[in-house]
Amino acid sequence: MSAHSPAAPLGGRLLNPVTMVCGLLIAAMMAVLLTRFIFGLGAVTNLNDGYPWGLWVIVDVLIGSAFACGGFSVAMLVYIFNKGEYHPLVRPALLTSLFGYTLAGVGVIFDLGRYWNFWHILWPGYGNLNSALFETATCISVYILVMWIEFSPVFMDKLGLTVAKKKLNKVLYFFIALGTVLPMMHQSSIGTLLVLMGSQVNPLWQTPVVPLLYLLTAITMGYGVVLFESCIASSAERRKIEVHLLQPMAKVMLGLLAAFLVVRVADLLMRGALGNAFVFNLATLFFWFEMILFVLPFVLIGSVEQRRNPARLFLAGVAIMLGGSVLRLNGYLIGYDTGPGWNYFPSVPELVVTLGMFAIEVLGYIIITRRFPVLSREAAPAH
Amino acid sequence: MANRRDFLKGCLASGGAAAAALAPEPACARDNLQQPPDALGLLYDSTLCVGCQACVAACKHVNENPAEFRTIDHLWDSPLDTTGHTFNVIKVYSSGTGEVKNAETNGFAFMKTSCMHCADPSCVSACPVSAMQKDPVTGIVSYDPDACFGCRYCVAACAFGIPKYQYDSPTGRIGKCELCRHRHKDGHYSACAEVCPTGATLFGRTSDLLVEAKRRLALKPGATTKIPRGRLPYSDAAAEKASTWRKEPDQHYEAQMATYLQHVYGETEYGSTQVLKLSAVSFEKLGMPDLPPQSSASKSETIQHTLYQGMVMPVALLVGMTYVAKRNVVHDEDASEGGQS
Repeated sequence: MSAHSPAAPLGGRLLNPVTMVCGLLIAAMMAVLLTRFIFGLGAVTNLNDGYPWGLWVIVDVLIGSAFACGGFSVAMLVYIFNKGEYHPLVRPALLTSLFGYTLAGVGVIFDLGRYWNFWHILWPGYGNLNSALFETATCISVYILVMWIEFSPVFMDKLGLTVAKKKLNKVLYFFIALGTVLPMMHQSSIGTLLVLMGSQVNPLWQTPVVPLLYLLTAITMGYGVVLFESCIASSAERRKIEVHLLQPMAKVMLGLLAAFLVVRVADLLMRGALGNAFVFNLATLFFWFEMILFVLPFVLIGSVEQRRNPARLFLAGVAIMLGGSVLRLNGYLIGYDTGPGWNYFPSVPELVVTLGMFAIEVLGYIIITRRFPVLSREAAPAH
Repeated sequence: MANRRDFLKGCLASGGAAAAALAPEPACARDNLQQPPDALGLLYDSTLCVGCQACVAACKHVNENPAEFRTIDHLWDSPLDTTGHTFNVIKVYSSGTGEVKNAETNGFAFMKTSCMHCADPSCVSACPVSAMQKDPVTGIVSYDPDACFGCRYCVAACAFGIPKYQYDSPTGRIGKCELCRHRHKDGHYSACAEVCPTGATLFGRTSDLLVEAKRRLALKPGATTKIPRGRLPYSDAAAEKASTWRKEPDQHYEAQMATYLQHVYGETEYGSTQVLKLSAVSFEKLGMPDLPPQSSASKSETIQHTLYQGMVMPVALLVGMTYVAKRNVVHDEDASEGGQS
């Protein structure tokens, strides 16, 4: 079996029950957003000054961008560690990353209270170099652009722009390199954002090594997403699952996850913060939930035989994705306490927007894989 | 095929950022920022406050903020906390029978809630677009709505819960006390101190206010002393003469001292604040957080500067990655041009 068989469009109808549900969710989202832009954030969200960051920031942007690390994680394997055999995974992974990040970037606009000034983040006179959020925001903006460049050969293939593609291919290695450095920068900075919040963040999640914890989990989540998505795409499009690629990749993922757990536990012990894990409250409960999710993949896919089982690969991918999500949710929401009287739970309209954003991703993935050469032909639909 | 050398190179390149984050001695450790020598601030003495809320009303008036209603009849401004439209509030602590002023049990006490004007403010460090600034002379932490893009990281970061956003508006701003800096050019100082009938809120240079605070703490409980009202004059006559504050008659009065806690809140908290507080009841009970002497801004910026100083580390990483990627991408093309497509 060739590892380098070219990618091809899957074909098939674009109008089906899945795409229609997506369309409905997107329409509902538009209605909520219209209300938000006319009447303000308070009209549709449960945000308050004790919890100024809610579902849209924490889930759509902070967690959403970590989910979108598949492209970066696989590109690292293929181009930095020279594991060419994983090449068929690059394009689909990059596609979800492209969507995830682009939507995270767009999603930020919905949440910005003074969104018409959003360009200040890229305008030299305004930037505050001391701000971790400045680093995060500029870096994500540049990365979105870099990913579109990395992905553009797919559109060039379709449009027959062979000359342009050749030219781009000559310098593509630079964008690939940039595409590995930028996510390392902003995914770690997303963790650093917590440091400034000081003792408002529970000691279980407030640590000087938080940038490293967020970076390691972002890469691991990237592989988790590839596992998850390969299994979903295979069953939805009736393609063969690339177990021969996913099995060794899952092993790499476990290695990184082990490194993360070592840093995580050593940090808790060294800061003397582990005691906080043995008081009974909501934060502690979520801490153990997070730890169980991070340990679960070792139980599910610890051995080679287990890693050849697609169902187990899928579940391990889901566990990692959830673990990383709960880590972020814990730092920014569950373990974030601004004092008595403040509470937050997302409103229905907030949930509608998050679902709508997810629907855009699913819809976009279906349209692009069916019309553009993304998934490799070797596993074309087995009708 | 993968070769060991490339693998090691990749490991080295990607290990750089990780190693830096783990380094025990940060190369660019950033200490707490210090207050400017002529920093301006307030001294709030909880024991002198009678809870009249004249300062709350005056603050609303001079900042042109709308009333916020809590009662059904909507008759008067009654905010329970600072908001995007309320920059100053007097809160009350009450315990048991609530009869004795300044007593922690069966007593009551007041606390002013407004911006502390930190020496090393989290909100200034947080703001990605420099909308929050600390004035290099007065040390006032100011907000510029024209620069702000409404991310609310300042709201999330402030340990005192001070910057607040106006969620009720499609063009909401951040609202916070700026020590009435917009009135300074007319010789006016902070309205809350101007109107305070008991001198519980006193405006002045923070270094002078700290001396005044320590003078009070040194007095015996029950002793009678002179309490200034409005603005505390500069300790040195030359500075006082050169100042452009409106001339006022001396408004001091004699008062009996309460039993203070021997603690000037704001002297060391988060590396010091320009607003100082005195109290007879524990500050935590009055809603003031127990904060370490190191500012969070110094911790966050130490991490950021260690990783990004001069962009040396990211650029080095990028050069390494580009070198490795170039070799591997060429490999990749050769393979696909070798007849496999």
